[in-house]
Amino acid sequence: MGLLSPIAALGRAVLSGLAWIGRLSIFAAQTVRHIFTPPWYPRELGHALLAIGWLSLPVVGMTAIFTGAALALQIYIGSARFSAEAVVPQITAIGMVRELGPVLCGLMVAARVASSVAAEIGTMKVTEQIDALVTLSTHPMKYLTAPRVLAATLSMPLLVAIGDIIGIMGGYLVATQRLDFNASTYITNTVNILDAGDILSGIVKGAVFGFLIALMGCYQGMQSGRGAQGVGRATKTAVVAASVLILASNYLLTEVFFSA
Amino acid sequence: MIELQDIHKSFGPKQILRGVDLTIPKGESMVIIGGSGTGKSVTLKCVLGLIRPDRGRILVDGTDVEQQDRDDFLARFGMLFQGAALFDSLHVWENVAFRLMRGKLKRPRAEAREIAIEKLRRVGLTPDVADQYPAELSGGMQKRVGLARAIAAEPEIIFFDEPTTGLDPIMSGVINDLIREIVVEMGATAMTITHDMTSVRAIADKVAMLHGGKIRWSGPVSEMDSCGDPYVTQFVSGSAEGPIEAVR
Repeated sequence: MGLLSPIAALGRAVLSGLAWIGRLSIFAAQTVRHIFTPPWYPRELGHALLAIGWLSLPVVGMTAIFTGAALALQIYIGSARFSAEAVVPQITAIGMVRELGPVLCGLMVAARVASSVAAEIGTMKVTEQIDALVTLSTHPMKYLTAPRVLAATLSMPLLVAIGDIIGIMGGYLVATQRLDFNASTYITNTVNILDAGDILSGIVKGAVFGFLIALMGCYQGMQSGRGAQGVGRATKTAVVAASVLILASNYLLTEVFFSA
Repeated sequence: MIELQDIHKSFGPKQILRGVDLTIPKGESMVIIGGSGTGKSVTLKCVLGLIRPDRGRILVDGTDVEQQDRDDFLARFGMLFQGAALFDSLHVWENVAFRLMRGKLKRPRAEAREIAIEKLRRVGLTPDVADQYPAELSGGMQKRVGLARAIAAEPEIIFFDEPTTGLDPIMSGVINDLIREIVVEMGATAMTITHDMTSVRAIADKVAMLHGGKIRWSGPVSEMDSCGDPYVTQFVSGSAEGPIEAVR
């Protein structure tokens, strides 16, 4: 019995993980159905676009500019070892647009949005506001989940695009002000290296990450346990799960877009 | 008329309801009393469809609630939640008019606002409260807003979940009087769950006591004190001595 207990524990963990994936998949499918079927709540969508998209701009911008600047500096230092300093604009642009822009933007928005959505919906659950919605003939998933997931899916590609531009600008500032790169050459090299596939991959990644972030926030909020501890746990789980899903889906999307 | 027939409900191994039978005639005010954790809220939520019973039937005006159109069914109900359950992100008037701005009862925003202000006035709140947020109000005011929301669409059936919990005795009295007035004025069927015996006497036409997952006693409020049931007597007197265990 003692020998088998680790195997039993492993089995329970696997079953529990599979059950979680199953519940989340059903929740995601229901969310998509509610996004495409009436009634729609445009005011809720507007509020969600403002809260998720517009208000995330400062944190995305700050993250992108410092990341771009540090990236340009590191590439310069690394490439100087084999006299290839000229590749700084190209590598910075590709690194930002393909990977760092979407992933860091996704992680920052996950920290900001998944937590606030999970806490808000979790609090609504423990204070019976979700039950109140039902008694007022309003489907909680239509009213709470669908607008937030749609807003995040629509606004994340824009945030990623803006983050990419600001990140490249960060690299440009370091290169031209500190590393004595020629400004027009830097811009020309950046523009020439990027193609439509690079931009598209970032946009698609942004949309997928946005969907996952809001979905995890809403799902954990709806599953929240009782009291402050329950809401706290839901918030933490939403951020952790959204971050892990972003990193995992980023790898899969990179394979899809760029594998030979 | 609301009829609960042999309602059972368990959560995991814990059996909460073990065959609840209860009839609430149309236009009457029924108050369900019972200790904490006896399943009063579960019973109420079963009627509303927020919780699905494991066994038994719930009929409203002779029709099984499972067979009724969900929106039409819910449109007949109003509910005052224990903590008022107001939506934090909406103004007070938007909370009150929530049902009037969506679904089958949807009407223009200006008209919905007017009705909301009228309902706020009905529960003793001035129009300037309409543009505040719920978090800016006291507990008593939030309860009144919750009451205004419950009656906004003039429902046939109103549920009150612990309407005076957390309020001082004077505000409890105000809420009890308002509930009684509104229920009589609207001719609504009312179902209230409470521990507060002052509320029971102020609100109830009939009283039912839930204990051990079943209705232990039910009858007119005037007979409650003299019913002779030891469980009811202990609960009404608030005594620690009696068949109901003080430590549960």
